[in-house]
Amino acid sequence: MAYEERAEPQAAWAEASPIVAFWRQTMAVAAAELHKLRRDPWELLTRAVQPALWLLIFGEVFARVHGITAGGISYLSFLAPGVLAQSTLFIAIFYGIIVIWERDLGILQKLLVTPAARSALVLGKGLSASVRGLAQALIVYVLAAVIRVPLHFGIASIIGVFVFVSLGAVLFSTFSLTIACLLKTRERFMGIGQVLTMPLFFASNAIYPLALMPKWLRAVAAVNPLTYLVDALRTLMVGKVPGAFSLGVDFGVLTLLTIAMVMLASRLYPKVVS
Amino acid sequence: MSSDTDARPAPVKAAIETTHLSRQFGKLTAVDSLDLSVPPGTLFGLLGPNGAGKSTLIKMLITLLPPTSGTATVAGCDIRRQAVAVRRRIGYVPQLLSADGALTGRENLELFAKLYGIPRRERAQRIDQVLTVMKLEEVAHTLVQRYSGGMIRRLEIGQSLLHEPRVLFLDEPTVGLDPLARQAVWERLHALRDTHGITLFMTTHDMEEADKLCEAVAIMNRGRVVAMGAPDELKARVRSGASLGDVFAHFSGESLEQEGDYRGIRGTRRTASRLG
Repeated sequence: MAYEERAEPQAAWAEASPIVAFWRQTMAVAAAELHKLRRDPWELLTRAVQPALWLLIFGEVFARVHGITAGGISYLSFLAPGVLAQSTLFIAIFYGIIVIWERDLGILQKLLVTPAARSALVLGKGLSASVRGLAQALIVYVLAAVIRVPLHFGIASIIGVFVFVSLGAVLFSTFSLTIACLLKTRERFMGIGQVLTMPLFFASNAIYPLALMPKWLRAVAAVNPLTYLVDALRTLMVGKVPGAFSLGVDFGVLTLLTIAMVMLASRLYPKVVS
Repeated sequence: MSSDTDARPAPVKAAIETTHLSRQFGKLTAVDSLDLSVPPGTLFGLLGPNGAGKSTLIKMLITLLPPTSGTATVAGCDIRRQAVAVRRRIGYVPQLLSADGALTGRENLELFAKLYGIPRRERAQRIDQVLTVMKLEEVAHTLVQRYSGGMIRRLEIGQSLLHEPRVLFLDEPTVGLDPLARQAVWERLHALRDTHGITLFMTTHDMEEADKLCEAVAIMNRGRVVAMGAPDELKARVRSGASLGDVFAHFSGESLEQEGDYRGIRGTRRTASRLG
């Protein structure tokens, strides 16, 4: 029996344009991740602990240190967007372990043997990280409302915050996937995850303004993507503080980096199994 | 890249055909100028000890690893130039556990149906069909982490059949299964071949199982095929009453070491304990 005798079922499936197909594949991966998250909401609740500690303890204490903020806003208002950006980073930065986990199990091999675009497999994972980021945004808003931190609670600014948090989560989670693809083992990855988060966090404007930093640190912060995420969230949540970039600059920087990271991670993805 | 999208395969007589296919890792030659031809609709077994090059060969055929030199066609498509077309036409069941335990059986199938681009109107029907064929209807909404080893294997095979592949690759499909589950898996595989004319290409290091169940086998050692043919034919060429183990020893000039290396053992045991 030669192959030409059989019908071509695949031909009928190729009807969708590549962009539509890409989007469907991405959503398929994200949907599967969301099924898991829905069954394990504890993960989201335990993640709420960290931002709560930062706001309620660190924030309350440092609010008493005068001179740390700029622009005449209270320290807690200044801190809230920083804490949100930081918890988005912390959630996403260890996300890459999933690729090592799935490789060890054999799931990744099977995903890579499907005709799905590698970039769709990567972006799908990234989007599920962004859902976790959005849960953090809700938590920060609730905490802020409870302890009466003055923030902008308007619909437009909340939508803006959600957009930036999603973008940041996709960026940091695909960065994490890239690292995982390079390191290939859990042990090495967990080690480097710790090494990366703290410098990214401290060399940013998350908990203190850039103006307070020594010059060399300010230069590092200027190329740290977390700075742009904090900057955008702060503009949206409390208004423009002195020295802030425009939202357009923040969006541009984060979007370009995200596209670059998705492309890089999807090139490295198949190498994990070979 | 345009040839990589969905070029129609050239009419061919072989489901799998390799031409001087080689893969090197540094100085190690894992697959050494291999020529192999598998006719369509065959139940084909690739045998050999751990480290013989079976996994490397299968990884190249399913487009996860590029060859160092030589090439191959699978279902009529070139593994180098038409990788995506190959992926549309094949299914793959890894040796490791590849169904997602945190999802239900049905969700696992849905994910793959979507990744294979099966249109929404056909999706539910195909999934139902696979659940029926693999006898998993009753546990369709149960999390896979509660499945038995045999059920997981059947689900994994089901996942790889949703898009009606021409060639199904199975890496040690019965490792870690008890005899009953093993038989159930084999019955499913035979039925598939008989009803759909699908080509089954599997690796195994269980010579007895291959002897009983495969119509044709290739025995690999050190990156080369040392013997190929129907099991009975090969045994007759050695002596009457010979086993496939004897065939291996005869053609490779080595006795068959089943122990394998550390990595192989670890992999096998890990799979066995997960499935067990």
